[in-house]
Amino acid sequence: MNFKHKYVFLFPGLFVLIGILIFPIIFVVRLSLSGWNSYNGLNFIGLENYVRLFTDDPRFWQSFFRLSFLSVTTVILQYVIGFALAHMVWKDIKFQRFFRVLFLIPMMTTPVIMTVIWRTFFHESLGPVNDILSNFGMSPKWLTDPTLAKITVIIVEVWQWTPFMFLLLLAGLLSLPKEPFLAAAIDGASPIRKFIYVTFPLMAPISIGAIIIRLIEASKIMDTVYVLTSGGPGTSTETSSFYIFIKGLREFQMGYAASMSFTYLIIMIISLTFIAKGLTKLLLKD
Amino acid sequence: MKIIKTCLSAAISSVLIFSPMAYADKWSDQFPHIKATGDIAGDCSYEKISKKNYKGKTLKINTHAVPVIGQPTALHAEQFAKLTGAKVDVTHTPAGDLYAKAMVPFKAGQAPYDIVFGFSNFINDWRQYLAPVPKKYMNSTEMKDVTKSHVGVSSWDGTMYQYPVDGDRHYLKYRKDVIDNPEMQKKYKADTGKTLKVPTTWKEYGEMAKYFNGWDWDGDGEKEYGSAEVMKKDDLMFAAFFSRSVAYAKNPRTPGGFFFDLETMKPNINNPGFVEALTDWVEATKYVPPGGINFGLGDEIGSFGGGQTLFSFSWDDAFIAAMQDDSPIKNKVGAAPLPGSDKVWNRVSNKWENQYNQAPYIVWGWAVGVAKKSKVQEMAFDYLCFFSNGANHQADLAIGNFGVNPFKNSDFDPQLYINTMGWDADIANSYTKTLKDMEKSKNRVFPLRVRGVFEFTSAVATGTSKALAGQLSPQEALDEVAKEWEAIVSRVGKKNVQEDYAVGVKMEDNKL
Repeated sequence: MNFKHKYVFLFPGLFVLIGILIFPIIFVVRLSLSGWNSYNGLNFIGLENYVRLFTDDPRFWQSFFRLSFLSVTTVILQYVIGFALAHMVWKDIKFQRFFRVLFLIPMMTTPVIMTVIWRTFFHESLGPVNDILSNFGMSPKWLTDPTLAKITVIIVEVWQWTPFMFLLLLAGLLSLPKEPFLAAAIDGASPIRKFIYVTFPLMAPISIGAIIIRLIEASKIMDTVYVLTSGGPGTSTETSSFYIFIKGLREFQMGYAASMSFTYLIIMIISLTFIAKGLTKLLLKD
Repeated sequence: MKIIKTCLSAAISSVLIFSPMAYADKWSDQFPHIKATGDIAGDCSYEKISKKNYKGKTLKINTHAVPVIGQPTALHAEQFAKLTGAKVDVTHTPAGDLYAKAMVPFKAGQAPYDIVFGFSNFINDWRQYLAPVPKKYMNSTEMKDVTKSHVGVSSWDGTMYQYPVDGDRHYLKYRKDVIDNPEMQKKYKADTGKTLKVPTTWKEYGEMAKYFNGWDWDGDGEKEYGSAEVMKKDDLMFAAFFSRSVAYAKNPRTPGGFFFDLETMKPNINNPGFVEALTDWVEATKYVPPGGINFGLGDEIGSFGGGQTLFSFSWDDAFIAAMQDDSPIKNKVGAAPLPGSDKVWNRVSNKWENQYNQAPYIVWGWAVGVAKKSKVQEMAFDYLCFFSNGANHQADLAIGNFGVNPFKNSDFDPQLYINTMGWDADIANSYTKTLKDMEKSKNRVFPLRVRGVFEFTSAVATGTSKALAGQLSPQEALDEVAKEWEAIVSRVGKKNVQEDYAVGVKMEDNKL
């Protein structure tokens, strides 16, 4: 076979790659160099949008730091709870299959619908949560207090996505070799020592993968914020993706929104690379 | 003799207006939606439209999600298809996406929809892509009944681009059974030393709302609250803020711009008038139901319409919801003009004028246009004319969640509400008088309709929501909004915004 012929077989895949990955990125870059909005076309304005973003838009950076806080907090909680649940059903317990399916249910539901239900739960005058708490003289402002609203977003995110962490970690636990555990048992290691010195180190590679995957997903948090708080009260739950959505699709500042999206993409690639390296160093010392 | 003549003419008028109600016709048999009136004669009546033949043609419509405006769009599309043989495809889109869903293809030079629904303040961004309403429809019997202010809202500098299907304004809604209750009046007087009456200033509104906040004043076993308002960020809250601002900042003695000074294009948004309104609004967070700071329009409608609050102000929907047959407070509510203020800011002298001021806010509402690139423009305009014909319009008005509100002169006849909707006469009278007086007022504020309007309103929503959440003081919040407005004006071009804004100012200054 002619050497060049083999490239023909690459074309379908290449076309798909160009169509769904390369072209959109190139278009976003081009868009970010334009002032495309409701009153201008795709005119070329150079780096004007980037200058505006870096010198005159503190709201973008505030939303970015808020996003960092929300995503890191939710992922840590998801990891801890997910690991605990996976560890629980990894052992031979009663109704093991039932619990394995039960813990996956939140992930199988539609995020927007579930967030609407959570919003109803946390509704401060009509919701059941405050109805119950009012019997104890409490009526927290779940969605209207800037700090509590952040906590509410975290609760919903943790509820929705802990099952994903649970699933990955359970798969990891089930694939662990039995020998180290047998050796630890022979040595008379307590369950806590067994977890610290055997289970956790063996799970480190999977943990890093799971945390990175979830961080990538959590950094795009949008639907929960949109439905639950609309970024409020004030701007206290506004995340980068929600802010980009407002600028792009509410205010129709497409060019500026594209520059924010591209900047955000670069920041995420760099920061996630560093996080992955840091986690590897931390958890895979040997 | 004179009395007999008056009675006779009143009887004849009633027969003429409501005669279709008495006689079910062939159209109401086929289309039960209009069973209360039957077909009403006009250029786009059922009778006239049934003579059109659009067999083999397709009409594509993008409208709002069901039910508000989406439901009547779909219903009238079905009726139109049945009458003309046309195929009508209706797409439903959430409110927040209506603008972009039409704007993106418009910008790309396409017209995937023949008819696009949106809000009336989209007009300046959309008009270059919309076909002006043809003379034939401008001269139709249906159009001649549209009020002057709603012709103005649908037009740009004398040319109509949006077909009137809805009329919106903000006004005060209150619990009549409480405000007019002698026992409550006595109790309020004893406790506060003040008179319980329909509030005419925002300060009175706040005092009464605060007094009636957090206790069971209607004896239903549940706590009630002072006021339900649209305070959720980005959910039309800017319109609620403007409603509260007009009393303090729209001075009839200083024409030339409410939002900006038309000459200099300097934003007025952070002047003491607006700051006073925002200060009142921040205070209002203390007398809304728990979670009220997160109320969108739907929550406001549900809260007041469900009997949870004493007051509410914004679009008609909460009032109509409260007056529907299934409402627990049917015939227990009243309508009145938006409260005013005991002082108004004079932006020329930079001083407060200590005199009573009230200004109606003719807020934006549902609007619809026909794409310039549509290949079935005549059919599209026929559909819109049919949508708002006499029979459909009267039937739509009676359904709260249809989102169709009065915009025709004939809508201000109280008999319409008494006879077809079962309203008490005094409520129907107060409702129609409130709406009619807004049409007559010479101190009205119209919505901002300049290029990139969403950038301006979004800045207001962000700033005011920061004040409501306690992140910034009212002055700091509005200074931030003013700074953002200046930046937007500079991006869009001062001359461009000035040119656009001048059209709205002409309407406000009664020169159009």
